[in-house]
Amino acid sequence: MDLVDRLLAGDRRAAAQLVTLMEDGGPAARDAIAALYPHTGRAHIVGVTGSPGTGKSTLVYELAKAFRAREMTVGIIAVDPTSPFSGGALLGDRIRMQKLSTDEGIFIRSMASRGQLGGLARATGDAIKVLDAFHCDLIMVETVGAGQSEVEIARAAHTVIVVDAPGLGDDIQAIKAGLFEIADIFVVNKADRNGADRTYLTLQMMLDMDETHDATVWRPPLLKTIALQGEGAALVADAVQRHLLHLRDSGQLLARKKRLAEEELRRILGQGLLDRLLHQVSEEQWDSLAAGVCDREMDPYTAADTLLESFLHGLAAQEEEKGGRS
Amino acid sequence: MSERKIRVLVAKPGLDGHDRGVKVVARILRDAGMEVIYTGLRQTPEMVVAAALQEDVDVIGLSILSGAHMTLLPAIADLAKERGLDNVLFLVGGIIPDDDVPALNDMGIAGVFGPGASGEEIVGFIREHAKKD
Repeated sequence: MDLVDRLLAGDRRAAAQLVTLMEDGGPAARDAIAALYPHTGRAHIVGVTGSPGTGKSTLVYELAKAFRAREMTVGIIAVDPTSPFSGGALLGDRIRMQKLSTDEGIFIRSMASRGQLGGLARATGDAIKVLDAFHCDLIMVETVGAGQSEVEIARAAHTVIVVDAPGLGDDIQAIKAGLFEIADIFVVNKADRNGADRTYLTLQMMLDMDETHDATVWRPPLLKTIALQGEGAALVADAVQRHLLHLRDSGQLLARKKRLAEEELRRILGQGLLDRLLHQVSEEQWDSLAAGVCDREMDPYTAADTLLESFLHGLAAQEEEKGGRS
Repeated sequence: MSERKIRVLVAKPGLDGHDRGVKVVARILRDAGMEVIYTGLRQTPEMVVAAALQEDVDVIGLSILSGAHMTLLPAIADLAKERGLDNVLFLVGGIIPDDDVPALNDMGIAGVFGPGASGEEIVGFIREHAKKD
């Protein structure tokens, strides 16, 4: 029985091995995606993001418990950064989730970002598909500790939770573009700490600046939690489920799924084109162009155009050759 | 396509809160380019094996300073076999008397590293023995 069949039959080890396959990439990974893709699209994908140390992992743990109590199966993908120097990584998100390890209704996987910017790993989208086909009702994706613009998660999730905590910035931070704009649900964690009320008010003020009074528009709820003690997590879980209902009832779920599909297609196409183009460029041509840009003999746009031209030229020549043969 | 990374689970099973050593080792392996999953303190054998399975690791490194290694390690090794993790390389570090090493090797714990073991030694051992498919 091959890996995908075993996955569909509920084999946990097959799920784990398929995620590894996705991380490694290559033709075998593509074949597996092709085989399991028809079995995906069921899961509710929930992103959890926020600055380092705001309590994302602990909140994910508490949310997973809450969803399990509602008889849902849960997948968790936790991304931590890869070292730009050694290529290694220390993946520590499981520490907060230890007690879930042996629950058969939960599958937790740590992923290293492997040089990808934006808060996710290159293979996170494919790992989500694996867990989706593994019959997880809800998949939580915890990003690397995010700064201001690690917003990739908005391109992967149906519902995004942004976690904030006291003491991390003033009211101007809250109205900057980026992270706070992608939130469907705001959580002020560590609500027992000094300054939590201020953080709460700051976010509330930001939300009040939105002038729409249209009742069909989702207004992100603002919730307080003390994740370490499990306080407030059930309310966040309620909000997650409410958001899904809202997306469904308003028809936005389909629109969002379509947008995610288009963005994924565009990303894969871009990568594929780049790979094919670079494959055709000779090392000498690449080196001489790069040196030219470095020495200010040529600007980078002109250099890129030169490569594009010769790529398209090569394609046309190939076509002609084919035509001549037939 | 990226090169195949070595994934290592490091854990402290049993009732033993001394985690300085395991953190140092985790850092050494990270700096050697491996992906290290640290699961924290007070793990039961079931927790260690369940995490290793979900993370699809090549190596399980256990740190034990409590003297319970002859109880914990066979339990973990047996459970791992039972769950089909037959390709995993097992290492243990901590306070392990020399007399116990042959018995540990017999039960599938390939590497035993006591106090004074260098990072180079551990990294070299993993690179040589971790099964890459």
